[in-house]
Amino acid sequence: MAIHLVAGSRPARWRAGAAGLAALGLTLTACGGAKVGDTSSAAGSSGKCGTFNLAVNPWVGYEADAAVVAYVAEKKLGCTVNKKDLKEQVAWQGFGTGEVDAVLENWGHDDLKKKYITEQKTAVSAGQTGNKGVIGWYVPPWLAKAYPDITSWKNLNKYASKFKTSESGGKGQLLDGDPSYVTNDAALVTNLKLDYKVVYAGSETALIQAYRQAEKNKQWVIGYFYEPQWFLSEVPLVKVNLPAYTTGCDAVASKIACDYPVYNLDKIVSSTFAKSGSPAYSLVKNFSWTNDDQNLVAKYIAVDKMSDDAAAKKWVDANPDKVAAWLK
Amino acid sequence: MATIAEAPAKLGPVRAVRRRVVIAGILVAWLVLFAVLRGHQTLALAAADLTDLHRWFNDVNDSIGANRNSNPLFLYFFNEIRLVIDNLVTFIQSLISQPSAGRPVPTIGWLGVVAIAGYVSWAFGNWRVAILAMAGFTFFGLQGLWQESMDTLALTVSAVFVALLIGIPLGVWAGLSDRVNRILTPFLDFMQTMPTFVYLAPLTLFFLIGPASATIATLIYAAPPAIRITAHAIRSVPETTVEAADSLGSTRRQTLTKVLLPMSKRTVVMGVNQTIMAALAMVTIAALIDAPGLGKTVVQALQSLDVGTAFNAGLAIVVMAIVLDRVTTAASVRAEAARRSGSRFAKWRKHLLVAGGVVAAVVVYLSHTYVWAAEFPGQGSTGSAIASAADSVTTWAQDNLSGFTNAIRNLITNGLLNPFQSLLTDSPWWLVGAVLVAVGAVLGGWRAGVTAGVCVGLLVGTGVWSDGMTTLASTVVATVLVMVFGVVVGVWMGRSPMADRLIRPTLDAAQVMPPFVYLVPFLALFGATRFTAIVAAVVYAAPVTMKIIADGIRAVPETTVEAATAAGSNTWQIITKVQLPMSRGALTLATNQGLIYVLSMVVVGGLVGAGALGYDVVAGFSQGELYGKGLAAGLAIVLLGVMFDRITQAAARRTTVPSRG
Repeated sequence: MAIHLVAGSRPARWRAGAAGLAALGLTLTACGGAKVGDTSSAAGSSGKCGTFNLAVNPWVGYEADAAVVAYVAEKKLGCTVNKKDLKEQVAWQGFGTGEVDAVLENWGHDDLKKKYITEQKTAVSAGQTGNKGVIGWYVPPWLAKAYPDITSWKNLNKYASKFKTSESGGKGQLLDGDPSYVTNDAALVTNLKLDYKVVYAGSETALIQAYRQAEKNKQWVIGYFYEPQWFLSEVPLVKVNLPAYTTGCDAVASKIACDYPVYNLDKIVSSTFAKSGSPAYSLVKNFSWTNDDQNLVAKYIAVDKMSDDAAAKKWVDANPDKVAAWLK
Repeated sequence: MATIAEAPAKLGPVRAVRRRVVIAGILVAWLVLFAVLRGHQTLALAAADLTDLHRWFNDVNDSIGANRNSNPLFLYFFNEIRLVIDNLVTFIQSLISQPSAGRPVPTIGWLGVVAIAGYVSWAFGNWRVAILAMAGFTFFGLQGLWQESMDTLALTVSAVFVALLIGIPLGVWAGLSDRVNRILTPFLDFMQTMPTFVYLAPLTLFFLIGPASATIATLIYAAPPAIRITAHAIRSVPETTVEAADSLGSTRRQTLTKVLLPMSKRTVVMGVNQTIMAALAMVTIAALIDAPGLGKTVVQALQSLDVGTAFNAGLAIVVMAIVLDRVTTAASVRAEAARRSGSRFAKWRKHLLVAGGVVAAVVVYLSHTYVWAAEFPGQGSTGSAIASAADSVTTWAQDNLSGFTNAIRNLITNGLLNPFQSLLTDSPWWLVGAVLVAVGAVLGGWRAGVTAGVCVGLLVGTGVWSDGMTTLASTVVATVLVMVFGVVVGVWMGRSPMADRLIRPTLDAAQVMPPFVYLVPFLALFGATRFTAIVAAVVYAAPVTMKIIADGIRAVPETTVEAATAAGSNTWQIITKVQLPMSRGALTLATNQGLIYVLSMVVVGGLVGAGALGYDVVAGFSQGELYGKGLAAGLAIVLLGVMFDRITQAAARRTTVPSRG
């Protein structure tokens, strides 16, 4: 037994020595390399801004807003920006727990405003973003060109059979997207007496893919969509005219028979952030741009596949006076 | 001998035939009553409508949110848990993924992580998995996803660590005590079948937005396998061994630490393996509450339908899963081998391990100190190549296959899904309920019938009965397809080791590739429809049934197959008359697992047009007013899962008992 052990351990010792030598060699050859921290050009937190927690809701238009605001906050104000990818619901919840300072593009959401601004008082409005949100029913461009009268809701029943799918139970299919969208479509179909069934695609991805295929293969699709949206720069969908919106026509949800209002998208911040005196707060408050601005940055991100930072830099460098106005 | 073996074999078919007749009778009665009562008492509920239960759930959720900052439970309990877990994750992140201690890079650079991965895999597994681990980790860097991968790894390691910390003791306890086991089982079922979307938003209320919530979300889903498998391992230690230890005067503690734990080590390591896989399955979902890592890359890429980038990140998750799977499997084999033989190479190995440890430590030091070893060099050009290749494959498939795929979709939807769904949703609820109870009782015995009855009652109580039936229809169709593929491929794999070796990695990949990645091409091929959801579920659930059936076929004794061959049976006869009937237990288990896996894809289905329960759950996560309804829909999914699990398990016990006797 003992003999075995000695015999066995000799090559092991030899190998251990060889391995050690190899390691030493590696160390020596490595000495020429640059050391971590040598070229440390870390800007450090020189500003008085501190940390800025920015919620990023899951659509590209919002991502564009967040990219530009974060870029300006970091580069011009010296803030440490924490972007947090969250759905609206969770983001608003974060106002109360101190995990979120600002939401940059809010679409209506009267229920959340009531809960967090009016009741819990953990959030306050920080004014409009300058973007106009348009919601409605859209068809692919080829369809609008081939059947121009389809853009009026009065003619929709005429074409209902063309929009039939395996999901719509013999009626025309009206495709709805992500459940977080503001939608009255089911009530609209009933109240306008349309021979359609609302089918829930369940996500924005599914909706965009449906339109993309429809345009390419000349298929019949009608569904919910909105502007500003990067996809419209790839396929310019055409809006269908519903009965015009008048103030109060959407007061009772189940009785709605009119188009969606134009939403003035706004910014929401947490109450503590609003009182903090942080330069990031005044940036958020002053931030304002047009639909075209947002579409451009969104296109950089979604179509040209630029990183958020690169897209923001490109736009900021091209629009110094707009940025300067936010920093006043 | 032959006559003894024949007696139960004869009894079996007779009982099976009688059962088949009864089931057929139930179905005919259902069809007749359906024709008469169609459209009555269907309990339909429109998408935006709520019941009192849903509103009550909403109120509870709101009041928790409103009282968060004053409630002592939050101040002294949840906040403490959050602090501990946050610190754990942040610590691991500072080691491998995030800049730390004023440095622009993590404490350990890429080369150090690769060295540690290789060393640990070698020490616990063998040199082959060590090379695999090092190659896999280097691949993350080449993909341009080093930091994202390390964030995912950090989160997975923390979640698995906490899961095992809780899971293994609980599992041991459940293994020792029948009562504990009975109490735990429903909780574990609940944790595994309740859709994560339901508790994602409340979790951020309890544990705030951040690593703690992401870790706990992962933990809830990943801990049950560890608990179940540990309990199973303890129970599988032979009775005689334990009795021998007792008779030698061992105390309870001694029996546990000297006999039970060492003897079940191998199986416990398999539990660790399953926990890791489950944790990786949560990567993309946890990204919805800001969990750092690869999941974010996938989710963000899909906002602009960037399939290539999403696939690249998904591939990194697959590679990580395969590396961790192979390493833990090798570790369990070593645990077994080490227990069996006090090898004379043990000492030898000890020296080598020390030497390897020194090398690894030196490399870690290098990666801490020098930039070239700290930051992965290059621009991740392999990643862009993978992304553009995935893009062109997707585009090709979308352009060339969509006519064909649409035809298949219409065929199955109109021929199978629509009639079945209208049978389920347009029948009065009590009729469907009675059919479920009767089928449960016939297949699984009176106990299963009672369980089915309770589940039906609770399903009606959730207020989403009609949506539940729509989901049930898709689930059953998906499970049928899963079983068709499962039997075909499983038999092939079971009969040919070569086929097994070639197919298995693809199955592993299909199980861990985040569904979000392949949903975009599926949407192009099949549109936003229930069928897309079914296809996604089949992709996810078929691999597990294939693996189980392959194992079952392989377990058929070689001699039986040889005897059949000698008697002049051809291949088809051997498969249908010998191998499949003899692996009936495996087939039932495969159906059980197939169904549960299909049910776990219901929510993903809701994202691509399946509507019904899946959509309700997603909507509950997205809109405050629908939260309660989403929770109810989640409960309905759990109920469907429990009902089918109990029925198929009882049926499995019935089919396997006679063949054993």
